[in-house]
Amino acid sequence: MATAAAHQTAGTPAYGAQDGTAGPAGDTGTDAYQRAFDAAVAADERIEPRDWMPDAYRATLVRQIAQHAHSEIIGMQPEANWITRAPSLRRKAILMAKVQDEAGHGLYLYSAAETLGTSREELLDKLHSGRQKYSSIFNYPTLTWADVGAIGWLVDGAAITNQVPLCRCSYGPYARAMVRVCKEESFHQRQGYELLLALSRGTPEQHAMAQDAVNRWWWPSLMMFGPPDDESAHSAQSMAWKIKRHSNDELRRRFVDICVPQAESLGLTLPDPDLKWNEERGHHDFGPIDWTEFREVLKGNGPCNEQRISQRRQAHDEGAWVREAAAAHAAKHTGAGRSGGTGATRS
Amino acid sequence: MTNTDWPLWEVFVRSRRGLSHTHAGSLHAPDAELALRNARDLYTRRGEGVSIWVVPSSAITASSPDEKDPFFEPAADKPYRHPTFYEIPDGVQHL
Repeated sequence: MATAAAHQTAGTPAYGAQDGTAGPAGDTGTDAYQRAFDAAVAADERIEPRDWMPDAYRATLVRQIAQHAHSEIIGMQPEANWITRAPSLRRKAILMAKVQDEAGHGLYLYSAAETLGTSREELLDKLHSGRQKYSSIFNYPTLTWADVGAIGWLVDGAAITNQVPLCRCSYGPYARAMVRVCKEESFHQRQGYELLLALSRGTPEQHAMAQDAVNRWWWPSLMMFGPPDDESAHSAQSMAWKIKRHSNDELRRRFVDICVPQAESLGLTLPDPDLKWNEERGHHDFGPIDWTEFREVLKGNGPCNEQRISQRRQAHDEGAWVREAAAAHAAKHTGAGRSGGTGATRS
Repeated sequence: MTNTDWPLWEVFVRSRRGLSHTHAGSLHAPDAELALRNARDLYTRRGEGVSIWVVPSSAITASSPDEKDPFFEPAADKPYRHPTFYEIPDGVQHL
């Protein structure tokens, strides 16, 4: 997460740039910084906020971490939709804790993004105006209680598969945020699995509800790993920078292999007639993914795109008076009202 | 204040008695009291701490990465500060 050091001269080159002193090994100029950066990445060292980094590396990280943070807080909506209708106090308490965790994950990630020289306000503004994206998966509706289980098992399961390698990401604050997120994510997946298991073993109607939820969430979950490797715009560069450690297809294959036996234990099927074990490859073969649907949802034509963003904007606007009141209270009691740091706007 | 981010705070958490506070992360809050409450909600949802410090990020002075090698260089050429530097005959005990 953000370190204090990040907030003073984030964005300025390390290794003696500003005052014209020599870079590493007596070199001067950007080449020396680039070489120092490349060497750090090659040696599997972490890049920290005040280190020099290529502009494109910084931009890629801001884009990815922001999208990740936005996904966490938009992801609160489909599940929060069921809090008041949870079937027992136990399930309600679990769901509230989970939704609260998602808010926490968003905050860890916003902090990490801010170490790169952006501000919380800018990030939220870009989310609200559609200039930054969040994961397409959250544009699907949660139609029944079983969807809460399917999200925990499949959506959080896919997220974990994606996120575990990010704990070794080359950018220190992002990697540290992911360690914390991954520790908490395991509960999310297990509660979803347990919820589906209870339904699957329940009445025929409950079993059918669980199966229906899995049928609807399976393919969108596979799309969470992003486009196939040969069509993924950012993959190769991100892997060279060690932001990303495994390709989209590799992670997707890993996820399918994990889910097949888990579905069997649930007594549910996965909605893919082509799904079968391939002895030769040592992996499951699975059917083609409908990338047209993926692109449509990404473009904003998913079932819930508009609703998610308008709810998010509404929550932000309706919370304005709370933020103003807190600021007024702080101003009254500290004199200045800004007793802390100068905020996230760093040059 | 509506169009400005709240100040940034660094959060340090003591995980249990007997250990020192360690940096957990950062957050925005309008004042110290709310920073503490937010830190509790954000960084100790699962009993990760028994004590929290919040410090305005602007109050922290950090060494500069510009001089990371020269700044720490004085320690690099003094191996005699480490116990392993000294040769002690076999069999000498409690040393």
